[in-house]
Amino acid sequence: MKTFKIGGVHPAENKLSAASPIREAALPKQAVFSMFQHIGAPAKPVVKKGDEVKVGTLLAEAGGFVSAPIHSSVSGKVSKVDVALDASGTRRMAVYVDVEGDEWEESIDRSPALVKLSNRPELDSKAIVEKIKNAGIVGMGGATFPCHVKLSPPPGCKAECVIINAVECEPYLTADHRLMLEHPEEILVGLQLIMKAVGVNKGYIGIENNKPDAIALMTEKAKGYQGIEVVPLKVKYPQGGEKQLIDAVISRQVPAPPAIPINVGAVVQNVGTAFAIYQAVMKNKPLIDRIITVTGKSVKQPSNLLARLGTPFQQLIDECGGLPEDSGKIIGGGPMMGKALLSLDIPMTKGSSGLLIMNDKEARRAQPSPCIRCAKCVSACPMGLEPYLLSKQSKLEDWEGAEKNDITSCIECGSCQFTCPSHRPLLDMIRVGKSTVMGIIRSRAAK
Amino acid sequence: MVNVILIAVCVLGLIGLASAVILFVVSHKFAVHEDPRIAQVGAVLPQANCGGCGYPGCSGFAAACVKAADGGSLEGKLCPVGGQPVMEQVAGILGLAVEAAAPKVAVVRCNGTCENRPRQAQFDGARSCRVQQMTGMGETGCGYGCLGCGDCVSKCQFDALHMNPETGLPEVDEEKCTACGACAKACPRGIIEIRLKGPKGRRVVVLCNNKDKGAIANKACKASCIGCGKCVKTCEKFEAITLENNLAYIDAEKCKMCRKCEEACPKGAIHGFNFPPRKPKAEEPAAQSNQSNQSNQNTQSTPSTPIKEVEPSKAE
Amino acid sequence: MANRLIISLSPHVHGGDSVQKNMYGVCIALVPALLASLWFFGLGAAIVLATSVLSCVFFEWAITKFLLKRPGCTICDGSAVLTGLLLGFNLPSNLPIWLIIIGALVAIGIGKMTFGGLGQNPFNPALVGRVFLLISFPVQMTSWPVAGQLTAYTDAETAATPLFIMQNAIASGDPAELQKLPDATQMLIGQTGGSLGEVSALLLLIGCAFMLWKKIITWHIPVSILGTVAVFSGIMHIVNPIYAMPHVVLMSGGLILGACFMATDYVTSPMTGKGQLIYGICIGLLTVIIRNWGAYPEGMSFAILIMNAFTPLINTYCKPERFGEVIRKEEKK
Repeated sequence: MKTFKIGGVHPAENKLSAASPIREAALPKQAVFSMFQHIGAPAKPVVKKGDEVKVGTLLAEAGGFVSAPIHSSVSGKVSKVDVALDASGTRRMAVYVDVEGDEWEESIDRSPALVKLSNRPELDSKAIVEKIKNAGIVGMGGATFPCHVKLSPPPGCKAECVIINAVECEPYLTADHRLMLEHPEEILVGLQLIMKAVGVNKGYIGIENNKPDAIALMTEKAKGYQGIEVVPLKVKYPQGGEKQLIDAVISRQVPAPPAIPINVGAVVQNVGTAFAIYQAVMKNKPLIDRIITVTGKSVKQPSNLLARLGTPFQQLIDECGGLPEDSGKIIGGGPMMGKALLSLDIPMTKGSSGLLIMNDKEARRAQPSPCIRCAKCVSACPMGLEPYLLSKQSKLEDWEGAEKNDITSCIECGSCQFTCPSHRPLLDMIRVGKSTVMGIIRSRAAK
Repeated sequence: MVNVILIAVCVLGLIGLASAVILFVVSHKFAVHEDPRIAQVGAVLPQANCGGCGYPGCSGFAAACVKAADGGSLEGKLCPVGGQPVMEQVAGILGLAVEAAAPKVAVVRCNGTCENRPRQAQFDGARSCRVQQMTGMGETGCGYGCLGCGDCVSKCQFDALHMNPETGLPEVDEEKCTACGACAKACPRGIIEIRLKGPKGRRVVVLCNNKDKGAIANKACKASCIGCGKCVKTCEKFEAITLENNLAYIDAEKCKMCRKCEEACPKGAIHGFNFPPRKPKAEEPAAQSNQSNQSNQNTQSTPSTPIKEVEPSKAE
Repeated sequence: MANRLIISLSPHVHGGDSVQKNMYGVCIALVPALLASLWFFGLGAAIVLATSVLSCVFFEWAITKFLLKRPGCTICDGSAVLTGLLLGFNLPSNLPIWLIIIGALVAIGIGKMTFGGLGQNPFNPALVGRVFLLISFPVQMTSWPVAGQLTAYTDAETAATPLFIMQNAIASGDPAELQKLPDATQMLIGQTGGSLGEVSALLLLIGCAFMLWKKIITWHIPVSILGTVAVFSGIMHIVNPIYAMPHVVLMSGGLILGACFMATDYVTSPMTGKGQLIYGICIGLLTVIIRNWGAYPEGMSFAILIMNAFTPLINTYCKPERFGEVIRKEEKK
C-alpha cells in the first residue's frame, strides 16, 4: 500500500457521520458573504445596499489575479455591506443579504442529468479555465487557493498528471467520502475537465484505505474513463497535504519553498473542487454551496449537509440536533488543522469542510511539562524538520537559526504537537516563528 | 639534581620564549584597528544592550556615534536609557555639543480591564501575545486591545513593566522606564507607545487603540474610544487631537494639558497622568465617586485625579 | 453553553502520549530484570533497590521544593523513580546504605537538578551517580557478591565477575584464563556475579523488546551498540585469542543494560536516527576499548557518559532528511 515516506501520525479517526447521506440544509434568513473566502487579494463588492440579488448573482469581483469572485447563494435583498466576524476571528468586510424566496439565475442548469465531456466537444483548455475563474472556485479542502491559478502553470513548467485529493485524512470529516459515494460520475467528469485544462492525459484519485466502499465504487466507475486511476493509500495523517499526497501517489518530493507542486509535474485538486468544477463548467453553476460535515462526540445527529455559502454555523448545528450543553470548543474544519471559532454567528465560507463541536473536557489542552528530548516530534514531522528546535528558536527569537533549520517548510499539520508526550505547544511557537521568518524573507526580497 | 633543575628551567624558558614570539607575531599580524574613541564612548554607555537606540547593542551605538561625530553632528543619536546626561558625556568625548532631547516614557494605550472589557472566550495555548493574536480577536470582543499574556513584560530589561493581576493589563513604572521601546516592539497589536513624558511627567493620553466603528467598540469595552469626535471639537484651538480610523489621538507636541478633552470624552477613554488632585465639587457626589473609582483602576502608576474641574496646571 | 468558548490554535486533539507513560513504561520493562535480581541476590537486592529509588525520589522532591522553590510536584512524572531504579541496577548488592544515598544525591542533585531538572541534564543522572561512586569508592563498588546468597547483605561472599576474568586473561596474555568464564547459557540466564541489573541478559532483552513494541525507544541505539561490540570484539578475538569471544563480551557486565536502558535515555541521546546510529557505534567502540585496554574492567558507563557529551554536537550535524531534499541535492549536481 502506498503512502508518503517521512513521518506522519495516526489520530483516532472518529468518522461519526460516515454513514449519514448528504442532506440539504434549509435556507438561512440572512446570508453573510465574507470577502475573504480565499487566499490572496480580497474580493471587491459590486453590489450596494438595497440591490436585489438571485441565486448565482455576482456579489463581488476578484480583487486581483490570485483572488476569486463571490456569488450570492440566496435570493433576496442586500441589506448592508459592512464588517462581519469571520472564521479568522477578526472582523472583515462582508455582504449581508436578507433572504426572500429561492429564485435562481436562469443560466444555471439545475437538472440532475450527467453531462459528459464527450457531449461538449467545443470546450478547450482556455474556456474551461475561464469558466472556473468566473465561477469563483477555490481549493475546497480548506486551503482555499484560487483554482484557476493552479490550472495556469507558470511558464517553463509542464504538468504531467492531475491528482485528486480524496484522502480526507482529518479525523471526523466525511464530506468528501459521502460526495464520492453519491456523485462519483460527476467527480470523474470534473477530473477529466481539469486534465483537459492543464493538457495531460493521466489522472489519479488518491483515497485512504479507511474508505473501502468509496475505493470500490470509484475504481468501478473509473473503468469507463480513460487515463484515470484510483490509488488506495495507507491511512496516515497528513496524507491530504499536497506535498505528502504527491509523494504518496507518484513518489516525487516537492522541494522546499518557493518550489510548488507543478515543479514536479503535478497538479493537485480536492475532490470537492473537482465536483464544483463539473458544476461550473457543465451546469454553469458558480460556487454557491458545498458539503460540510457537522460532527462531534456529543452532537445528536452528526451529518453531512449540503449548505449554501453564507449560512451561519448556528443554523447548521441546529439542523443536527442543536448545540450540546457541554460544548467547549467549536472548530471550523477538522481537529488537526481547523480553526477554533469565536462564535456560532460566523457564516460558512468556501473553505468550510467541517464544523466540529468538542466538549469542554476534550477541548482543554493538558498542562505542558519540560521537553524530555524524546525526538518523537522529529520522527512524526512529515517534512523532516525538528519541531522541538524550531519551537525553541522561535521562543528565543533566533530567527536566523530558525530560517537555517527550514522553518518555512513547515506545513503546520500539527503532527508534532499531537505526538508530544510533554504536551508542549510546539506548533503555537513554530507558527510565530514561521510568520516572522516569512516576513523577514519578504522584506529582504523587497530590498 | 642540579642537572634536573637546569633541564627543567631550560625547557620552561624555551617554551615561554616560543610562546612569547608566537603571541607577538599573532597580535601584530591579526591586530584589528579600532578607533579608541569607540571604547571610550562605550565606557559611558549603560551597557544594557537593549537596542532602544536602534543599533545592535551599546558597542554598535558607540561605533555609530563616533561615525556621526566624524560627520560633525550627533543629531538623531540618543541613548534612551542613559538619556540626556549620558549623551552629554558622549558629546564631551567626541568634542561636540548635544541638543536637548525631551525624556520619553512607555504608555500602555489600553484600558480594557477585566471589568471594562468582558471576556467572551478563553485562550488555551502557549502564553504568548503573539500566539493569541493568531487566533484572531483573542479572548475579548476587542481586536485591538491588550491580550494580557505579557510579551512586553518579559521584554523589559529594566523591571519597569508589570502585569496587574486585577486588571489583566501591564503597568509602567515611570521611575524605571527608560523608553527603550523594547515593549512597544514586542506588542503584536502596537498598543504601547513611546511618548513624551511631558513637564513633570504630566501628559494627557487616549487610552484606547480600538479602530472599530463606534457601535462595535462600544459593545466590546466600556472604556473604548468610539470615534465620536467630541474631544476633537474641544481641542479646535490647539489642533492637538486628530481622529483617524474611528480612533482619537493626542499629539503630545501640541497638547497644552488643558484636560478639556478628558472631560468631554463620554467614555472616559482620555486620561491625564500625574496631575495634582482637583478639588471635588460638592453638588455631584455620585458621579464624582463613580469617576474616581474608575480612574483609580485606570491609572498606571500614579493615581489620576477625578475629572471635575479644569485647573490650569503650572505647566501651562 | 454556560462556559466561555475555548479558543486555541490547531491541532485541537492530542495523541494521548505522556511523560509518565514513557517513564513508567521503562520501569515496567525493567520489572523482569528486577525480579531476577531479587531471585539471585535476595535481601541485598531489595535493600539496595529500595534505598536507591526512595532516596532519588526524596532528593528530587526536596531539591525542587527547598532549593529551586518551584511550585508543583515533579516526582509524579516518574523520572526520579526511573533514575533510582537504574542507579540501583548499577550497584553491587552488598553496597552499604549510606553509599547508596550518596550515589542518589549525586545522581539527582549534581547529575540532574543542577542543570535545571528533567530534560536539561547533559549526562545520564544514574550513570553520573554510579561513576561517582565507582571512582570515589572503588573497593566497595567492585566487590561483587556471588549469586544465590538470599539472606546476605553487606556480609555476602564475593567472587570475580566474568569481566575480571577477561581482564586477567588480557593482562596475563594467556587465553587459558578464559576457561574460567561461566558457560554461555549461564550468562544468558544470569547466574553470575555482577551488579544487580546486569545479571540476566535474557530478561533485559525481554524488557527491551517490550519498549520497542510500545514504541518507547527505537531500534537504532541498542542495535548499533550491540552490533558494534559484537563485530569489534569478534575481530579482536580472531586476531588474538586472549580477547574473549564476542557472545561472552555481549552478555557480560552492564553491556545490555547500558545499551537498552541507559544509552537510550531520551534526554541525553541524539534526536535523529542517523545521529543515534553514530552515537551507538561510538559507544560500542569505546566500551570495547576501555574494557580491553583501560584500567577499569567495565567500560560501558564511561563510554555512555563520554558520548553524552557529544550528543549536542551530533544533534547539530545530524539533521533529519528534509522532505524534498533528494531533489534539492540532484538539482545542485
